[in-house]
Order: sequence, then structure tokens, then C-alpha cells
Amino acid sequence: MSKPFLEVDGLSKVYPDGQGGELTVFEDIRFALEKGEFVCIIGHSGCGKSTILNVLAGLDEASAGNVVMNGKEVKGPGLERGVVFQNYSLLPWKTALNNIVFAVKARWPGWSKEKVREHSERYLKMVGLEHAMNRKPSQLSGGMRQRVSIARAFATQPELLLLDEPFGALDALTRGVIQDELVKIWEETRQTVFMITHDVDEAILLSDRIFLMSNGPNARIAESVKVDIPHPRARATIFQNPAYHKTRDYLVDFLVNRSGSALPEQDGSPKVVEPAKGIAQPEPAAAEPETKSETAARAVNA
Amino acid sequence: MASLNIRAALLSVSFLIVALGLWEMATQPPEAQTGMSEYEMLMGGADQESRVPPPSAVIKLAWAELSNPFYDAGANDKGIGIQLAYSVYRVLTGYLAAMAIALPLGFLIGMSPLMYKALNPYIQVLRPISPLAWMPLALFIIQDSDASAIFVIFICSIWPMLLNTAFGVANVRQDWVNVARTHELGPIKTALTVILPAAAPTILTGMRISIGIAWLVIVAAEMLVGGTGIGYYVWNEWNNLDLASVIFSILMIGVVGMLLDLALGKAQKLVEYKE
Ligand SMILES: Nc1ncnc2c1ncn2[C@@H]1O[C@H](COP(=O)(O)OP(=O)(O)O)[C@@H](O)[C@H]1O
Ligand SMILES: [Mg+2]
Repeated sequence: MSKPFLEVDGLSKVYPDGQGGELTVFEDIRFALEKGEFVCIIGHSGCGKSTILNVLAGLDEASAGNVVMNGKEVKGPGLERGVVFQNYSLLPWKTALNNIVFAVKARWPGWSKEKVREHSERYLKMVGLEHAMNRKPSQLSGGMRQRVSIARAFATQPELLLLDEPFGALDALTRGVIQDELVKIWEETRQTVFMITHDVDEAILLSDRIFLMSNGPNARIAESVKVDIPHPRARATIFQNPAYHKTRDYLVDFLVNRSGSALPEQDGSPKVVEPAKGIAQPEPAAAEPETKSETAARAVNA
Repeated sequence: MASLNIRAALLSVSFLIVALGLWEMATQPPEAQTGMSEYEMLMGGADQESRVPPPSAVIKLAWAELSNPFYDAGANDKGIGIQLAYSVYRVLTGYLAAMAIALPLGFLIGMSPLMYKALNPYIQVLRPISPLAWMPLALFIIQDSDASAIFVIFICSIWPMLLNTAFGVANVRQDWVNVARTHELGPIKTALTVILPAAAPTILTGMRISIGIAWLVIVAAEMLVGGTGIGYYVWNEWNNLDLASVIFSILMIGVVGMLLDLALGKAQKLVEYKE
């Protein structure tokens, strides 16, 4: 069997607990990503999702374990891994366009000025912001800033895109619109994406697989849930697919009832789960009264 | 808010007129007396000369000085423009030299906690020293009064720039540094394209404080070293008991100081950004 595109092996993070002892935030994290996959990771706050993502980005170091991408160990940050941070991280003294130009120039130092600009404008257009090209981040709304930040990450065409709760700070309406845009860009580019979210619906809409993380300390990636819904997906119609509800119920149940105790396989790899197996055919959806789990899901979303 | 501006301008002008009027009235020569007192006879009437001149006299002098500011009639008789130019030259030379050292050193201290800890004790001891206290040492070592004045400017303007640069650089948001790191910018590129623009407003604040201090100090320094410059000019006119010239040059010191501050203020506007 050929090596996977990205392999994470036995990652753990230990902090001193302030009383002379140690606190293991997460341990023995193992998973692999294939090229072109969109994978989301969900888990309760503080279990270490951002830390894992920062280790993949090369911005943080794990206490043990290693990350191998394309057969090379990840040792520091690099252009082949693009990052979108929750707080946008645009350079406030540069215009929207120049924030992208900055990244494109760093990625392809040999390109001519015109080529850099043309390429940057194309990606700004993809997120519908050509009219706001010359505005500074302070003159943009939160949603527009996050779009610039997404355009910047996609523009450098990294082999792996890392998104840390990119829509966490946005209102529900804006979040929906940008999710649609992300779906669109992803369908076009088929980048490999690893994304943190706390929104179950967002995870189902976007991912091929969803990693479920147990609670810390000593958190693990316990399960890998397959999302059996064909691409292209759309936010407006995905609700009609019965696989959607099965998957959603499964995720919510995990987060509400099982995240404290769930464990991965004996060998440390996440348990593979296919909650919607065998119901690929859409059935007429029965109108159900709102269940307890849906109320809980909203609490998780909030 | 044009009307507010107009009202403020009118008020300013009336304050000026009232102040000048009061000043003029307070400095009228006393009624011509019928005879000189014994004391006045002894003083040869010099009392008249040494009272504070009225604003009309100052304005007359200002007009004369400003209509030919750059005349040069020997060591003790140069135009106000020349004297100010000497002072500005010294301030700028010392200031630029301070910049050349404070900015790179500030970057180093700001980026390296080790350097910060190692250099901080020296900075804390050197900073509160009055710049004029360096003067004797400077005169002894440099053996040149002009260069000593420049050195005093250098030493007084370096601290605000150094500390603000270090503070600004040390407090650049980690997110922006991470943006540089994920885009594989080298240390020099990161310093120039991310840290410098991010810290520029703080650095410029330090530079603005420095130029203000430098202009305060140059007057005192030139009073000490003599020869040329606006500080020397003020002192010299005082020795000549030419109070109209003293008052006029005090005003000019204020005007030039304001212009220097205005220039730095403009520069500050250029590098400002909103988050
Ligand atoms: N410097 C630190 N010292 C001790 N604990 C830390 C430190 N930094 C982070 N942590 C802990 O690591 C855990 C994981 O944080 P994070 O990766 O941000 O979680 P998540 O993104 O899943 O919410 C948190 O519980 C936090 O308390
Ligand atoms: Mg987080």
C-alpha cells in the first residue's frame, strides 16, 4: 500500500500543570489524510484541536510524535501548508488586494508584478470581493475579512489547507453565505483541507470525513465518521438527504453523550464509522417533531 | 464643522488682541517727570531702557529681523534665520545619529528577550541623566563645542526612540508574525514587511517625543557652548539687555518647535493603521 499524503503519528502535547506535575492535553493522536480530502475535526472546547492544527502548520511543537507530509517530516511552517486563522490575521496596513499580493509574492518570488496582481485579483473575485479590493481590513466587515483571508490561503495553492474555526466569529447568516463560497471554491480546486469547527451542520456540508475528539485531558481522536453524501453539495438542499440526518444524529449523540468516554481502536487509529451506510437512496423524508438531540445540536452550534 | 473652526479662530484672535493690549498698557513708560530723582540721575536715565518692551516694539523688531533673516555681519551679529538654521542643523544631526542607532538596537532588544534583559539595566541608569550633565565630559573628550552640542542632542533623543522601538517590536501581534512564518519570509523580510509596519506607529510616537526633547535641550546646550545658534542668541541678547530681541527669539523657538512637531505628526499619520 502506498503511503498516505499526510500521516500523523502518535502526537501528544504535555504542559506543566502549575503544581509541579504535568498535564497531557491530548495523546497518541494518529490519523492520515488522502490528497483532495476535506476533513473536519469536532470536539469540545479545550480538547486541543487548535494545538493539533498548529502542529500541522509547523507553528507549534508537539511533545511527542511526528507529522509526515509527502514523505517529509513537518518541522516548521511552510508555504505548502496554508493557514486560515479564526481571527483572520490580515495585515491591517495593507489593502484587501495587497494582503493577497503579499502571499502570492512570497509563494512565487519570480512572478512579474502583473502576473502576481492578476492572480491575486482572480482569487479575490472568487470570494466576491472585487469591489472591496482597495479597502483596508478595518473598513471590511468580519465576513468580508474572513473571505479575504480564505482567498489569501487558496491563492497560494498550498498542498494542505488548515482552517481553524474560520467562521466561528461570524453571525449565522454570513457564515452560511461563506460556507457556500467555500464549497464552491473547494469543488473548483479540490484542495486537501483540514478544518476545525464546532458546527455540526457545517462539518457535514463540507467534509468527506469528520474526526470526533474525546474530551481532554488525555483527549484522543476517537472516531472517524464518513459523510456519505455525494458532491456537489448545497446548503439549501442537503437537508433533504436522509444520510444527512443519520450522520447528524450520530455526531450530536457523540458530542452530548459519549465524548467523555469514547476511545479509538486498540492500535490508536480512530474507529471508522459509517452512520449512513446503506441509505444512499433518498427516501421521502418523514416530518419529525424536533427531537432532544436537535435542541442539543443547537446548543453545540451556539 | 466650519462654523466651529471660524468661531475658534475669532476667539483666538480676540485673545491675542486682549493679551497684546494688556501687555502694551502695562509697559507704557511712566509719565514724564518734572525732574530726575537723584537715583535716576545716577543711573543716567538707563531705567527707561531696561523695562520690558511693549509688544509694538517687539513687532517692529520682528518685522525688521524677518525681512532680512539671513544677514551675516560678523560673529555677534547674525540674522535670526542663520541662528535658527544652526540650531536646526545641530538638532537634526544629533537626532539622525540617534535614529541610526536607536532603531536597529530597538529592533534587537524588541526581538530578543535575552538582549532586552542584558541591556535593560544600562538603559535604566543612563536614561534619567540630564543631557546637559554630559556636556563637560563631551567637551573634554570631543574637544569641540559644536560636536559636543550635537552629542548632547544625540544622547537626549536616543532614549524615547530606543524604548518605543523595542516596545513596539516586542508587542507586534503574534498572528501577524505567524502570517510571515507560514509564508516562509526570512528574518530580514519579516522585519521589514511585517514587524516594521506593525510597530511603526509606536516607533513614530517615540520619534516625536525625541524631537520635542531635542529642541528643548538645544537651547540650553547652546547657551552653554556659545558661538552660534538660537540658544546662544537669546543669551547674547540678554547680555546686551535687548529684551525685545529676547522676546522675539523666544517666540521663534516656539514656532520652530511647533513646525518640527507638526512634521513628525504628519509622518505619524502616514504610518498609522486601524485594526
Ligand atoms: N501554555 C499553556 N500552558 C498550559 N496549558 C495550555 C497552554 N496553552 C494551551 N493550553 C491548554 O491546552 C488545551 C488545548 O487548547 P486548544 O488547542 O486551544 O484547544 P481547542 O482549540 O480544542 O479549544 C487547553 O485546554 C488549554 O488550557
Ligand atoms: Mg481552538
